[in-house]
Amino acid sequence: MKKFTILMSVAVLALSSGAASAAEKIKIATEGAYAPFNFVADDGSLQGFDVDIAKALCEKMKADCEIVKQEWDGMIPGLLAKKFDAIAASMSITAERKQKIDFSEKYYNTPAVIVARKDAKIAVDANGNPTDEGLKGMKIGVQRSTIHENYARAHFKDSEIVVYDSADNANLDLVNGRIDARMDDILALQEGILKAEGGDDFKVYGKGFVGGELGEGVGIGVRKEDTKLRDEFSKAIQEIRADGTYKKINDKYFNFDAYGD
Amino acid sequence: MSFDFPLIWNSLPDLLGRGLVLTIQLTVLSVLVGLCLAVPLGILRASRNPWISKPIYIYTYVFRGTPLLIQLFLIYYGFGQFRWIKSTFLWDFLREGFWCCLIAFTLNTAAYTTEILRGAIQNVPHGEVEAARAIGMSRFTVLRRIILPQAFRIMLPAYSNEVVLMLQATSIASLVTLLELTGVARVIIARTFAPYELFITIALIYLALTYGIIWLFKKWEQHLMRHLGERPADAPQEGALATR
Repeated sequence: MKKFTILMSVAVLALSSGAASAAEKIKIATEGAYAPFNFVADDGSLQGFDVDIAKALCEKMKADCEIVKQEWDGMIPGLLAKKFDAIAASMSITAERKQKIDFSEKYYNTPAVIVARKDAKIAVDANGNPTDEGLKGMKIGVQRSTIHENYARAHFKDSEIVVYDSADNANLDLVNGRIDARMDDILALQEGILKAEGGDDFKVYGKGFVGGELGEGVGIGVRKEDTKLRDEFSKAIQEIRADGTYKKINDKYFNFDAYGD
Repeated sequence: MSFDFPLIWNSLPDLLGRGLVLTIQLTVLSVLVGLCLAVPLGILRASRNPWISKPIYIYTYVFRGTPLLIQLFLIYYGFGQFRWIKSTFLWDFLREGFWCCLIAFTLNTAAYTTEILRGAIQNVPHGEVEAARAIGMSRFTVLRRIILPQAFRIMLPAYSNEVVLMLQATSIASLVTLLELTGVARVIIARTFAPYELFITIALIYLALTYGIIWLFKKWEQHLMRHLGERPADAPQEGALATR
């Protein structure tokens, strides 16, 4: 028995030292279905704004990073289960998510909008945003467990909210006519619908929505106990903002500053 | 890891309400319509004429030889790509995820059931058919009075498995936005980030449903086999269908 105990402790020791050396490598998860922020390129690699930002942050932190793909639904459970150490997947900082995980400071903040067919008769307010009444009876597609789902459920009470596992699938159903409108980030909708095949029939309605259920912008998600990692990410975001790296990445994808105010 | 029992309790109304109802709807409808399709197809499939049996074999081969998920995606995403379909009445059905699921599930279970029935028809003892013919029954009467009732008894254990598999297959309906049991669970998981609690709960619900199906088939089989009367104690148990 004693021998066994010694053997076990040696094994545990070996395992834990192995884990320590592996921990220097930071695994960062992204979704790969939310262009232009994150998507799978033709060669199978993960690319996009989130991925470029994550790589730039790692460079500043002098950390060895690996980008891994993770379905949206499993993002927070996967982080908590230590399958990876951080999330760079356009995840907005919300009070709901903060109960489970922690975030770096924001690295971008863009408005959410409604996209629908050009010829859809939707009543709009002074900002051109569709009103609650204007969307009455319509099917609005959102990605499950996003700020957009929360916002749509809270505000468009007379519409049917249809939830999808990914933005790509929701976009496909809008173009195919299964749903009447999509609510999502403006840049994701421009890339996913307006620039895609059949996108000519659609348009963005209004300047968009901010605040409230839509959160405080997008940050890097980390486990609550990893406060050091969180602060390193925040510091690195400041650094790439200051030294122009952020602008370079931003300009590769967008023609305005995605960082927001 | 702490296990959140209150969360399970609070989720039950949603899971057992719309979630369970939709799961049962999908299972019952696809199995019933599938069986109605499978009876004529199975009879034709058992035909010795290759011009009749081969085309049906191609159908069952395609639907048994490809994953149900791919069939569902082909119907859901594939048909949406064709503009001409959208201008017909078909689109009124294909627009809805529910109908896409029902079509995919029905065609899939019909293919399996056709082959199960074909096997059963071919296993009806030849002597019984000959005897029926010898007393002057027409081909159709033999089919109706002898072959089909016998084949049905033979196929029942295998068919109960097919129904159980179909019940479990309905979980993929959640991938095309339907909020059946798995879909509802995934919505709650997305809100609470508690996959263990929810998946264990719905696993138990599926187990209970499966038990119900097996029990029903056992009763049904006992009813159909009642003419066999008491069996000696060392004979194989009738209720062996669960282990088949």
